[in-house]
Amino acid sequence: MRAVAVAGVGLTKVSEHWEKGLKELFTDAAHKAFEDAGTKEIDALYIANMGAPILQEQMHLGAMLADALGMRGVPALSVGAASASGGVAFHEGVKAVASGFADCVLVGGVEKMSDGLPEDVLSVLAMAEDQEYTAYTGVTNTGLNALIHRNYMETYGATAEEIAMFAVRGHEHAVGSKHSQYPFKVAIDRVLASPMEADPIHMLECSGVGDGAAAVVLMPADKAPEGVEVAAMSVATGPYYLAGRKDILTFDAVKTAAERAYKTAGVTPEEVDLVEVHDETTIAGVVSLEDLGFVEKGKGAAFVADGCTLRGGEVPTNTFGGLKARGHPLGATGLYQVGEVALQLQGRAGPCQVEGARVGLAESLGGLGSTCAVTILRRS
Amino acid sequence: MSVPRYWRETKYRYRLIGQMCAQCGGVNFPRSGVCSACGSADLEEAKLAETGHVVSWTVVRNPPADYTVYAPYLVALVELDDGVRLLTQLVDIEPIKMKTGMRVEAAFRRVKVDGDSGIIEYGYKFRPLIE
Amino acid sequence: MKTVGGVGIVGYGAYIPMNRLRASEVKRVWGGSGTPIEEKSVVAMDEDTVTIAVESARYAVRRAGIDPQEIGAVYVGTESKPYAVKPSGTVVAEAIGATPHVTAADYEFACKAGTEAFQTCIGLVSSGMMKYAMAIGADTAQGRPGDALEYTASCGGAAFIFGKKPARTLAEIEGSCSYVTDTPDFWRREHEMYPRHGNRFTGEPAYFKHVIGAAKELMGELGTEAGDYNYAVFHQPNVKFPIKAARTLGFSMDAIKPGLIVPFVGNTYSGSTPLGLAATLDVANPGDRILAVSYGSGAGSDAFSLTVQDAITNDRRLEPAVSMFVDRKRYIDYSVYSKLRGKIVK
Repeated sequence: MRAVAVAGVGLTKVSEHWEKGLKELFTDAAHKAFEDAGTKEIDALYIANMGAPILQEQMHLGAMLADALGMRGVPALSVGAASASGGVAFHEGVKAVASGFADCVLVGGVEKMSDGLPEDVLSVLAMAEDQEYTAYTGVTNTGLNALIHRNYMETYGATAEEIAMFAVRGHEHAVGSKHSQYPFKVAIDRVLASPMEADPIHMLECSGVGDGAAAVVLMPADKAPEGVEVAAMSVATGPYYLAGRKDILTFDAVKTAAERAYKTAGVTPEEVDLVEVHDETTIAGVVSLEDLGFVEKGKGAAFVADGCTLRGGEVPTNTFGGLKARGHPLGATGLYQVGEVALQLQGRAGPCQVEGARVGLAESLGGLGSTCAVTILRRS
Repeated sequence: MSVPRYWRETKYRYRLIGQMCAQCGGVNFPRSGVCSACGSADLEEAKLAETGHVVSWTVVRNPPADYTVYAPYLVALVELDDGVRLLTQLVDIEPIKMKTGMRVEAAFRRVKVDGDSGIIEYGYKFRPLIE
Repeated sequence: MKTVGGVGIVGYGAYIPMNRLRASEVKRVWGGSGTPIEEKSVVAMDEDTVTIAVESARYAVRRAGIDPQEIGAVYVGTESKPYAVKPSGTVVAEAIGATPHVTAADYEFACKAGTEAFQTCIGLVSSGMMKYAMAIGADTAQGRPGDALEYTASCGGAAFIFGKKPARTLAEIEGSCSYVTDTPDFWRREHEMYPRHGNRFTGEPAYFKHVIGAAKELMGELGTEAGDYNYAVFHQPNVKFPIKAARTLGFSMDAIKPGLIVPFVGNTYSGSTPLGLAATLDVANPGDRILAVSYGSGAGSDAFSLTVQDAITNDRRLEPAVSMFVDRKRYIDYSVYSKLRGKIVK
């Protein structure tokens, strides 16, 4: 198995792209990534997407987008792991290059959430869960997060304000970012005054609806000297039902994937310079930080509230805004995360730069943590 | 709304039927190929307890497409008296009266309706004990 | 019709939804002079005749302490069945675990649909065709906005399981009869949402003729009179009619009081007499005699004479009494009621 590097990154702005469909948005990101990598000669194409079969009534994205790139003949497939599709697709791309199966791969995620009505988008999000016994209750993805949020507060005595600070931190970091959906500060008072989405979670604690595409070019590390090495890549699944988890305040899949990734990369959480976590809600971000090993279980909310996750802090987190402020175009998010880590390690993060970053971690989650993809990138 | 999909689950939803593991005695819900506790495939149908307590709860204010007419509604993680946990809507109580730990019992309600001409899907929801 | 072989009620159960609409709310919106009752029960958005029937049936099975697989018939009497074609009875039978060796159907005879099913169950059980048979009266009947009946048309139901000796009965049925004529006092045509009625015609030629007719015929056949009964239950479309029927037949207010829930629940249509009977059984003692007479527009009455058995005292505390459902309530206003009853639609 040979070392793999991220040789090029292409991110579109996360926004409501009314005039662009899947093909247009995807090719925008892909061409940016090709330009950044200095090549468009790929041996395989991996697509990450969650909602297209419902929202655009579109399947078979691999063939469709290979054709859109003018690359007929290239092996192409779409990877489905709910909102972890981006991270898992990345995993597949890395495997192809590491194993020698391919010498150059494009992994691209695309999502067009704005094509659906809000209630249809909520139905799509719930499709990550068991339709017959979870989605059947009418619980939304945010509702599931809310069960964790309430239990976390009652178990550890964390306050609503401490947890809500996760959203405030994300917005602080998004300022100046060209590709982020909401690149402006939001005060804690505004977050806590926003209407309840699913009690006790406020609307401004949840990632919104956005369209976006993110693509990365992967090559063998020795062919991409300016690239960023993939030090480790791990995917794990966890208990599918919240009701089936012994401890609902822990994402087992995150712990499993993280442990494997740290071991492979030979790093500890202390040696990670920045982390992109999956804050589909503030509590998901808090629990992620804990299960990735950055802070002790139960202390995550205070950690965030105290400023430890700011760029100058102990664990710079969600450096372009995370899911809340950069945006969360479902299947594409995992690739935004990886792309952002790569930009940070290459010193190309502009006003969002974490100084001297050499090791970065991206955590992509699907289905309330029943799939987790952890990527560790390292600047050689 | 798929008729076969609904019909397949009616017995389990109407009567709260899960599985008991012959190996470890654990009870699983919903039914599965293997015991969630010990991995054994030696499973038999078993009736779940119909009473339990609330582990956590939320209020869904912006529902997915098929549930909009019921908004807002309570959803809870309930632990039944036999140790099985399940996700369920809570009915017959206002959010303001909700307390983690409260005792609840199974009720039979409409879950969703396929417009004016499609089928009506029934199933379990939970409510505060009537006693 | 005298019963054969010691047929009786082995279990019963009731259910009334929580929501209440005060009669004063109807008056606030539509005007009018008096209010015939205090308040009525209204289903939640996710309740209907089937869910009420299932809840009642479950309590009945628990009270009876029997294996539901031994129930050979499940009948739901209603005028507000959710499907025009697909019996509510099949859902109830599945929900209580009586399928597949069971007969199931829905009955319609306006407010006496439930007690119609009582008659069939008595026949099925006493003939030895099956061990147990269940009859449920349940409704969520609609009241036309602004009509007098909107004050009272409410939601609720009760289920009764019939068996015969040596099964343990809570009350034995000495005899029953039905008194039916073609009398169009109140009706609803197919596809219509609301019924129509003959106003004062629904009194003497309808309700009173059939209720009194059935009661007198049964008591005549059994050789009983009002004084031989501890309790009486009459169909209760409002407060005045059952009180007048009682007085006419010689029953005291005390005799009908436990079963008279209409002031606080409204007229549950097919649930009315079954709920009144259930409420009476909740307080009756072994040896007490009960006369129950239903009324269904169209028109007819079913009358039943019952004697309460010793076994009733064991079961009294096990399942919720009707009074608990009456007292379990939360108030809604006319706009929420309109939403819940589908009068305003998203």
